[in-house]
Amino acid sequence: MNNSALNFSNSKDWHQPHAAAIFNELRAHLPDVRLTEASLLDNIRDDTATCWVDRQDLVTLMQVIRHELSMPFTLCFDITAIDETEREYRSEQVSDFTVSYHLVSPDRNQDLRIKVALTKDDKTIPSVCLYWPNANWYEREVWDMFGIVFQGHPHLTRILMPHTWQGHPLLKVHPARATEMDPFTLPAYKQDEEQEALKFQPEAWGMKRQHENTDFMFLNLGPNHPSVHGAFRIVLQMDGEEIVDCVPDIGYHHRGAEKMGERQSWHSYIPYTDRIDYLGGVMNNFPYVMAVEQLAGIQVPDRAKVIRIMTAEMFRILSHLLFYGTFAQDVGALSPIFYMFIDREKLFGIIEAFTGARMHPSWFRIGGIASDLPKGWNTLVREYVNYLPARLDQYEKMVMQNSILKARTQGIGAYSTQEAIDWGITGPGLRATGFAWDLRKQRPYSGYDQFDFDVPTGANGDCYDRCRVRVEEMRQSIRIIEQCLNNMPEGPYKAEHPQTTPPDKSKTMTDIDSLIPHFINVSWGPRIPAGEVSVAVEATKGIMAYHLVSDGSTISYRTRIRTPSFPHLQMIPVMARGQMVADLIATLGSIDYVMADVDR
Amino acid sequence: MPDNVIKLIQITIMLALLIPIAAMLVWVERRLIGIWQDRLGPNRVGPFGVLQSFADLLKILGKEDWVPPFADKLVFVLAPVIGAVCVLMSFAVLPFSPDILIADLNIGLLFFLAMASLAVYSVVLAGWASNSKYALLGGMRAAAQTVSYEVFMGLSLMGVVLLAGSFNLTEIVLAQQHGWFIQSQFVGFVVFFIAGIAESHRLPFDLPEAETELTAGFHTEYSGLKFALFFLGEYLGVTLISCMSVVLFFGGWLMPEPLDNWLPPFMWFVLKVSFFVVFFILLRTALPRPRFDQLLGFGWKVMLPLALLNLLVTALLSLLEVL
Repeated sequence: MNNSALNFSNSKDWHQPHAAAIFNELRAHLPDVRLTEASLLDNIRDDTATCWVDRQDLVTLMQVIRHELSMPFTLCFDITAIDETEREYRSEQVSDFTVSYHLVSPDRNQDLRIKVALTKDDKTIPSVCLYWPNANWYEREVWDMFGIVFQGHPHLTRILMPHTWQGHPLLKVHPARATEMDPFTLPAYKQDEEQEALKFQPEAWGMKRQHENTDFMFLNLGPNHPSVHGAFRIVLQMDGEEIVDCVPDIGYHHRGAEKMGERQSWHSYIPYTDRIDYLGGVMNNFPYVMAVEQLAGIQVPDRAKVIRIMTAEMFRILSHLLFYGTFAQDVGALSPIFYMFIDREKLFGIIEAFTGARMHPSWFRIGGIASDLPKGWNTLVREYVNYLPARLDQYEKMVMQNSILKARTQGIGAYSTQEAIDWGITGPGLRATGFAWDLRKQRPYSGYDQFDFDVPTGANGDCYDRCRVRVEEMRQSIRIIEQCLNNMPEGPYKAEHPQTTPPDKSKTMTDIDSLIPHFINVSWGPRIPAGEVSVAVEATKGIMAYHLVSDGSTISYRTRIRTPSFPHLQMIPVMARGQMVADLIATLGSIDYVMADVDR
Repeated sequence: MPDNVIKLIQITIMLALLIPIAAMLVWVERRLIGIWQDRLGPNRVGPFGVLQSFADLLKILGKEDWVPPFADKLVFVLAPVIGAVCVLMSFAVLPFSPDILIADLNIGLLFFLAMASLAVYSVVLAGWASNSKYALLGGMRAAAQTVSYEVFMGLSLMGVVLLAGSFNLTEIVLAQQHGWFIQSQFVGFVVFFIAGIAESHRLPFDLPEAETELTAGFHTEYSGLKFALFFLGEYLGVTLISCMSVVLFFGGWLMPEPLDNWLPPFMWFVLKVSFFVVFFILLRTALPRPRFDQLLGFGWKVMLPLALLNLLVTALLSLLEVL
């Protein structure tokens, strides 16, 4: 075990490679395309290479980015839009709507943000589904939320909202509160309409009802089914017990988290983030507070950074333990989940001692954390660090070495690294294919570069390997927690910065210059300078990113949450074709998704 | 008193005992699994929660007797009854002790196998009559699974029949006075027990009702008393397979010399059966569930050859008068 002293003051934040190089490369390929680099007025506060391009040049540009560059941007990380109609701080490029493509090149370890401006009267843009298969759902979401039409999209229908929904909710003109709308009623005819809209029409998805000698059976798995882990529906086209094709249907857990971001103060939005990946607890706060800190230019003290890492790793263990148990249960082993719940219970006890809450502590704050560690915290953590590895050894025999479980999961639901990246898979699902892509190593944040840990990988990318990777990650998390324990820096747990929330109160009764900012920051919340930033962390289920746009106000102008589970579910049909129903259940279990993380 | 009346009284007593035993078994299972899974299990109704099953039974009796509008009414109602009746019928030929036996059939073992085969109809018909896709899949699985495993179950017992020279269960027990058949028929026992688990749809062979895949499989649409009958059938099935294991391979009520005087034969029988019942429960907590095709593959590729080999070797050794 590593006990050597770690020096967090050496820690350096990771930076993207220089933006100019990639733009020169693109211009060399496309001399005729007008690429406008983001200007100072665009207020991009992260170092992601950002440029504007005209709509008619988008497809040619994407062709180069995806296929013709020497190291192409293979991962479509996110596609989203911003309704700019009420934006005050805007560059000359900004029109009524902006569609923003966030692409990643794992080979370069670089991001690229492409922005396209659209006007209110012509909200159409070519689809990029041909280049990145996982763009499909992102484009459907943008259409659903903003009414932007993607030309050439294979199936542009609503994805998060019900098919009967009127309007596009993330438009600024769409009301965010029930008090701004008419009272909700559900007369009988409307109920019939809603039910009718939920009926599955195979023809709409290009599916056939018969084939030569067989009639296919369409089985509706979910949204209430013990193995879909939440309100998730998959319609299976089956020939006997074999799955011919399937259509995942999401949106049953949609709560409008992004819309709420435009209504809550920067500070009061933190509890909403906890409930995105509801098994991730403070892991959700992490990218959000880091994004706000980057907008405000807050430097977080070392102690806060290390405490953040420690609690985030605890939640990684909590989430993985639940995955481990439910995965075994999906394959039919009923007992492991109960043992793992005991381990989780002990860890929740520690979280409770730290934060006062268990699953959703909302404990990180802009500029630090809510409270310092309690007295005697290290005894609690030490006990747990010594306790868990022995339990994991037992589970190894009980679950991972069980021959029935191996027969059920090895070689099942397998995909290659290339397929994983094509479909936007991140996290353990990507590492199980043998590709060691972990943001904590590749792009260290919050001081992860000072820690000594390994990135476990699999080899086959099947259900078994996805479980194996998570099991090993728990051991690595224990290592990280142990290093936090042995090297916890002294000092403040909150930054001394005017926008730190809640602000420092100690001097408020002695001078008016402390009292007034305190009063304003507490009552209105901090006012964050105008800017745009995207911050990603290696969350429990993959890469989670917050893309925040501030218009210099006390609330966010646009909160975009890029969650890992969303693209993961999109890949289900690729894995499910040709499987038996039982294999599909094992595959679903191995993906480890949370519907709140998908639907937001 | 005429013989018929005595038989009727015996049957009544047997029923009055078996059904509460099945109900108690539910409680025993839940408590045991609770202990093995580091939790308590039902412990509130009565001392140690023993009355839990009866509370559940009361609740079930109070439920609406509902048949889904899309189901085939007659078959839907009949299916659970067939299941429970077939299992109960098998108990008629079981010798619990030298004196406690309802029907001393000379083809007792065949009667048991026949009833086990008939019990499949319960599951298949339930799956079909429910007119629901999940139930249908469960019914299909049950049909394939039970038909396959029936073959080896029958074959695995032929060794015992060879050795005892009779299909009569009492005679089979008595033939074990100088050594239980488990000694010579170990392979037969293993095959029989595995097939028995498959017949009673218990984990790891609970595919017809695999809740993570088919919600509840063939009984998805069932509720109230009709559901309770399925439940009763399953737990009686567990008891039955345990009883048959004891009768066929573990000497029934017999015990070796010094031990046989310690307890009455019936108690020894109960003790042995309890051991197997607990083993059933432990299996459920310990193992994951194989996939449907793996289960069938295992049956035809491993179990069938094993059962045949066992029969051949037993026959050969009997011919050579080694056994």
